[in-house]
Amino acid sequence: MGYTFAQKILARKSGKSHVEIGEIVTVKPDHLLTHDNTAAIIAKIGPELETYGVADPRLPVIVLDHVVPPSNEKTATNHRRIREFVSKFGIVNFYDAGNGICHEVVVSKGHALPGSLIVGSDSHTCTYGALGAFATGIDRTEAAAIMLTGETWLRVPNSMKINLTGSLTSPSAAKDLILHIIGGIGASGANYLSVEFHGNVASLSIEDRLTIANMGVEMGAKNAVFPVDEVTRAYLSERGEETWEAIWADEDASYIRELDYDLSSILPVVALPHRVDNVVPAAEVAGVEIDQFLIGTCTNGRLSDLHIAADILRGKHVHRGSRLLILPASREIMLEAARDGTLATLVEAGGMILPPGCGPCLGAHQGVLAPGERCLSTANRNFKGRMGCRDAEIYLASPATVAASAVTGQITDPREIT
Amino acid sequence: MRIWKYGDDINTDMLFPGKYTYTCSRPEEIIPHLLEDLDPSFAKEAKPGDVILAGENFGCGSSREQPTVGLKAMGIKAVVAKSFARIFYRSAINQGLILIECPEAVDAYREGDQIEIKPEEGTLRVDSKQFTFPKLPPEIIAIRDAGGLLEHVRAKLKERGQVHGER
Repeated sequence: MGYTFAQKILARKSGKSHVEIGEIVTVKPDHLLTHDNTAAIIAKIGPELETYGVADPRLPVIVLDHVVPPSNEKTATNHRRIREFVSKFGIVNFYDAGNGICHEVVVSKGHALPGSLIVGSDSHTCTYGALGAFATGIDRTEAAAIMLTGETWLRVPNSMKINLTGSLTSPSAAKDLILHIIGGIGASGANYLSVEFHGNVASLSIEDRLTIANMGVEMGAKNAVFPVDEVTRAYLSERGEETWEAIWADEDASYIRELDYDLSSILPVVALPHRVDNVVPAAEVAGVEIDQFLIGTCTNGRLSDLHIAADILRGKHVHRGSRLLILPASREIMLEAARDGTLATLVEAGGMILPPGCGPCLGAHQGVLAPGERCLSTANRNFKGRMGCRDAEIYLASPATVAASAVTGQITDPREIT
Repeated sequence: MRIWKYGDDINTDMLFPGKYTYTCSRPEEIIPHLLEDLDPSFAKEAKPGDVILAGENFGCGSSREQPTVGLKAMGIKAVVAKSFARIFYRSAINQGLILIECPEAVDAYREGDQIEIKPEEGTLRVDSKQFTFPKLPPEIIAIRDAGGLLEHVRAKLKERGQVHGER
């Protein structure tokens, strides 16, 4: 019997020849991701940092993104403390406010390589599975411990195999696929599992894979991973990343559950409030009036997402009485979108451009909703209160669906517009 | 002792609203906002020794640790649920908060029942019915018994006298 991706990579990272499901192993992660919460993390271990230092200054990747630029004295002070920490301990991989959302920056700066193990004090750390990494979320306390020791424990999870066939038909997108999967198996459908994508992944771009892996945690997954193929190699090679070793499951690995999806049958869908797994075809909820539209975030703030939105909004205008927020995932993406005219198109259509960062997604600042308002967003969560107001509603969809709906001011199946 | 009963998929935004995650990190800042958008009476009325009873996938969503830090600091004896989301489960170990996965006990509970929990023995009693749950692996018990992950790590570092060479 062969081994799953999770078994193989956790064996490698714990220095063992093989590991069994359920075994607890001690691992040394290749990177530890932290963001604005670095301030709270280092506050827990002030005296220990003085005595023992940071395990390895190359281990942390710190990206300021959650409240950028700072919204008040407290968040500004957090950033200042993080900068002081970075400077004092010679942290190598630090990306100050304005670089972008951590889950885009980690990938585009080459910190998420195939076969690497990354833990992060953010639940969407699972995004890096798109590049063949084992990546999973932890809490701040554990990040503090790893900052000091460079190691942690992981339990070897069972795995779920998702077989893909066919290709997506525009305007159906990767977001529709992952929402469809989560809608089918539920918010805990992959709880504690390593989810492997198999089959016709070649038709999915790296950006598509990032969108899909990003939402692994929304079905409870420990990690969600794609095989390394020509698409991955081309992406890494463009960024000058040549030194890595891919790991993938054996043909005869054993899975606790297998699911099959035909990509050609995926329709534009919407997740209704207040659950990510409350998924219905967009056509079924067409006409629901929306106050705020959001295109961006770590799920769908990449260049291809902005291109899709601009193609739909070109020469049109956001519906009177609604507002459209555009949140590019990184400075690089924003710059490219500025150069190729995408931002101009979106601004002409009435869009408001926010600085690259997490923005309104978690309700800490920017684009907070009023009681009774509805937002249609390309983000990954629609929990009650998520965007800062418990009496507002959040709907989730693809960039195409959000852009098409922004034109009409109500939920609209993008096939009606494009 | 009061039992606070909730349903399935109680997510981290219900346990602690995201808008406070970068301004509230200490227990005294966290506790007033615990379960704010789910049950505003909880933060006002919950007492040390109370128990939370819930359905599937308790703690799903964000990696924020304010829920586990806050519930532990408040003195919540345990959260008994049908299942837990993994980051929350891990975070509870790190804070020394006791989580018990026991769907049968959750189903058996009726309004007014008393609950008695013996984590060391792996048993809990709901009214007159006794249930068992699997004990944690020794590696995990060591973390919990040290008073949480940071205490565990502090002890280990002291033992090793670890000082990292290169900077």
